[in-house]
Amino acid sequence: MSSKESILAAIKGLNMEEKPLPEIPDFAVASDLVEAYTHSLNANKGTVVSKVELEQMIADTGFAKIYSSSPSFASYSNCEVPQHPADFADLDLAIIEGQFASAENAAIWLDESNLDLRAIPFITAHLVIVIRKENILGNMHEAYQRIGATKSGFGVFIAGPSKTADIEQSLVVGAHGAMSLRVVIL
Amino acid sequence: MSHPENATVFLKDKARAKWHDDTLWIVRQKRDVTIHQIPEWEKLRELASQIKDHTLSKLDFYLEELEKNATANGIKVHWAENAEEHNQIIGKILDEKKCKAIVKSKSILTEECHLNPFLEEKGIEVVDTDLGERIIQFLKQPPSHIVMPAIHLKKSDISEIFHEKLHTEKGNVDPVYLTHAARLHLREKFLQAKVAITGVNFAVAETGEFVVCTNEGNADMGVHLADTHIACMGIEKLIPRRKDLGVFLRLLARSATGQSITNYNSHFRSPSPGKELHLILVNNGRTKQLAREKFRNSLKCIRCGACMNTCPIYRRSGGFSYGSTVPGPIGSILSPGIDMKKYSTLPFASTLCGSCSDVCPVKINIHEQLYEWRQEITKAQGSSLKGLSMKLANGIFKSPLAYRISGKMMRASLKTLPDSIIYNPLNAWGKGRNLPDLPSESFKDWYKKNR
Repeated sequence: MSSKESILAAIKGLNMEEKPLPEIPDFAVASDLVEAYTHSLNANKGTVVSKVELEQMIADTGFAKIYSSSPSFASYSNCEVPQHPADFADLDLAIIEGQFASAENAAIWLDESNLDLRAIPFITAHLVIVIRKENILGNMHEAYQRIGATKSGFGVFIAGPSKTADIEQSLVVGAHGAMSLRVVIL
Repeated sequence: MSHPENATVFLKDKARAKWHDDTLWIVRQKRDVTIHQIPEWEKLRELASQIKDHTLSKLDFYLEELEKNATANGIKVHWAENAEEHNQIIGKILDEKKCKAIVKSKSILTEECHLNPFLEEKGIEVVDTDLGERIIQFLKQPPSHIVMPAIHLKKSDISEIFHEKLHTEKGNVDPVYLTHAARLHLREKFLQAKVAITGVNFAVAETGEFVVCTNEGNADMGVHLADTHIACMGIEKLIPRRKDLGVFLRLLARSATGQSITNYNSHFRSPSPGKELHLILVNNGRTKQLAREKFRNSLKCIRCGACMNTCPIYRRSGGFSYGSTVPGPIGSILSPGIDMKKYSTLPFASTLCGSCSDVCPVKINIHEQLYEWRQEITKAQGSSLKGLSMKLANGIFKSPLAYRISGKMMRASLKTLPDSIIYNPLNAWGKGRNLPDLPSESFKDWYKKNR
C-alpha cells in the first residue's frame, strides 16, 4: 500500500461524523479607509507618501538602479527585467502597482499580473507600491471576496518592509527583503 | 530527562529566567492590545475553530481535493507516512538535481522530521534563513519557541556567535548592526541556492494553492531565486476554501506577536515557467492523533505560539525544558501522542489555569486535554509513590480511630521533624512548596471546647 493509500485509509477508517462548515459573515469596517490604512501601515513600519514626496525622495537619494512597472512613474525606470532574478540583486528601487489593499492591516495584494518577476518586491533594496484610493477595502474578508476565483501562479499580500525581532525582541527593519516600503495612494 | 529536571537547569540563572518570563509576557500583552481593536475577535475564533473541525472531519476528502487541484496547477505532490519517508523524498529530489546546498525558511515540520541532520549526513549544506533559526543553527541548538526560535538568547550571546561565524566586531551587541551582518551573509546564500525548502502555513483544497507567512521575507527570497521549491506540510494544515484564509490571516499574527498581519503572505499556486514546485504531505502520527477522540482537536493548531507566551510554566521553564519539537502547552498535548513514555512528564508541566485555551485562536481546549493526558499517563504507569500514599490515606480515612490518632501524631511530629525528612526526595509535593502553619488542635477538639 502506498503512503497516500495508507494515510487516506487510516482517516476513512475512523468514520468521522461530518461537522458543519460555517459561512463567513460580513463585519463592520472603518469609516475612513485611507486614514485606517495609513495607521495600519505605520504600525507595520511602512509609510504613505504623496506622488510629489516620492519624486522628491528619488531626486534626493540618487538611486542608481530603478525599475518601475507603474505607468504613473514609468519615466524613472532605467533598467530591463533580467532573465535571472539574481541579476536584480543590486536593484535600489522598485515601483510597482498593487491591485487593492486591506485597511485593517495595510496588506496590499499583488499577483503575477503586477510582477514581471516574482522576486522583485523582495530582492529590491527599497519598495514602492502604488494603489488607487478606491481600491482600499476594509478587511481581509473583503480582500478575498475581491480576489474571488482569480487564477495566478503566485500572489502575495505585502503589508510592510522586511523586518525581524529575533535579537532580543528588538525590532529591526530590513532583514532580508526590502528595507523600506512606501505606499503611494492615488 | 523530565520537565522538572530540565526546568531546574533553566532556573539556575535567576536573572535570565526572570527576563525570559517578562519578555514573553510583553508579547502576550501586545496580543491583548491588538485583539481588543477587533470587535469580532471571538466570532473569528469560533469560525476558525468550526472551519478546522469541519476540515478534520472530512480530511481524506480535502487531501484528495488538494492533491487533484495542486497537480492540475503543475505542483508535484508527494505523500509521506513518516519523518523518514519525508526526508527520503527530499533527499531524492536533491540527488536528481545534484544539489549540494539548500536554503530553508522556518518549518517546524522539518524540525519534527530531523531533516537537517539527515541532509548534513548526505553532505548537503543546510542554511536556515530565518534570522532566529540561523542564530540557533550556528549554536547547534533546536528552537526554543515555534515563532521566536532564539527567544532564550541575549544579544550578547548572539554577538559572540556572530563574531565567531560572521566576523562581526567583538562586543558589538547592536541589534541593527547584527541583523545587517546576517543580511549580507544570507543574501550570498540566497543568490547561490538552487533549491529552497519552506514550510506551509495553510493549504487550500479548493484552489490547490498554499500560503507561507513571514516577516523577514526569507521564504520568498529563497524560493524566487532558486529553481526548485520544496514545501513541506503536515496533513492537518488544510483548509477548504480560499476565503477561509481571511479568517486565519486575521487571527495568526495577532495571536502570535500582536501584529495585524505578517508583512509577507505568499500564495503559491503553480511554479514559474521553467521551475519546479513540490509539495510534501506528511502524516508522521497525525492520523493516530485524529483517531483519539479526546485529543483530536489538537490538530486544529495553526502554530501561533500564543499558548506558550501566556503559559506561567513555559515562561518560567523555557522551551528546552520540554525536550520536544513543539514546546509549551500545545506541545504537551501533541508530544505524548507521538511517544507517551518519553513525554510522560509534559502534561504535568501546567497549572491547568486555562490561559492557553483562552488565547488559542482556534479554540483548542488545551488545558482540558492536559488533564486528560494526565489520566492516560497515570493509568499507563500503574501504581506510583503518590498511588501508594493514596492507599495509605484510604486506610486512615476508613477508620475514625486511625484518623484521630494520625492527626495528633502529625501535628506533634511535623513541628519537631527536621526539614530533611519532610522535604525528602520521595515527597514530590515538598518540592518548591512550603507547608502552611500547623493548627495547635484539631477542628474536633476546637468544636468540643467552643460549641
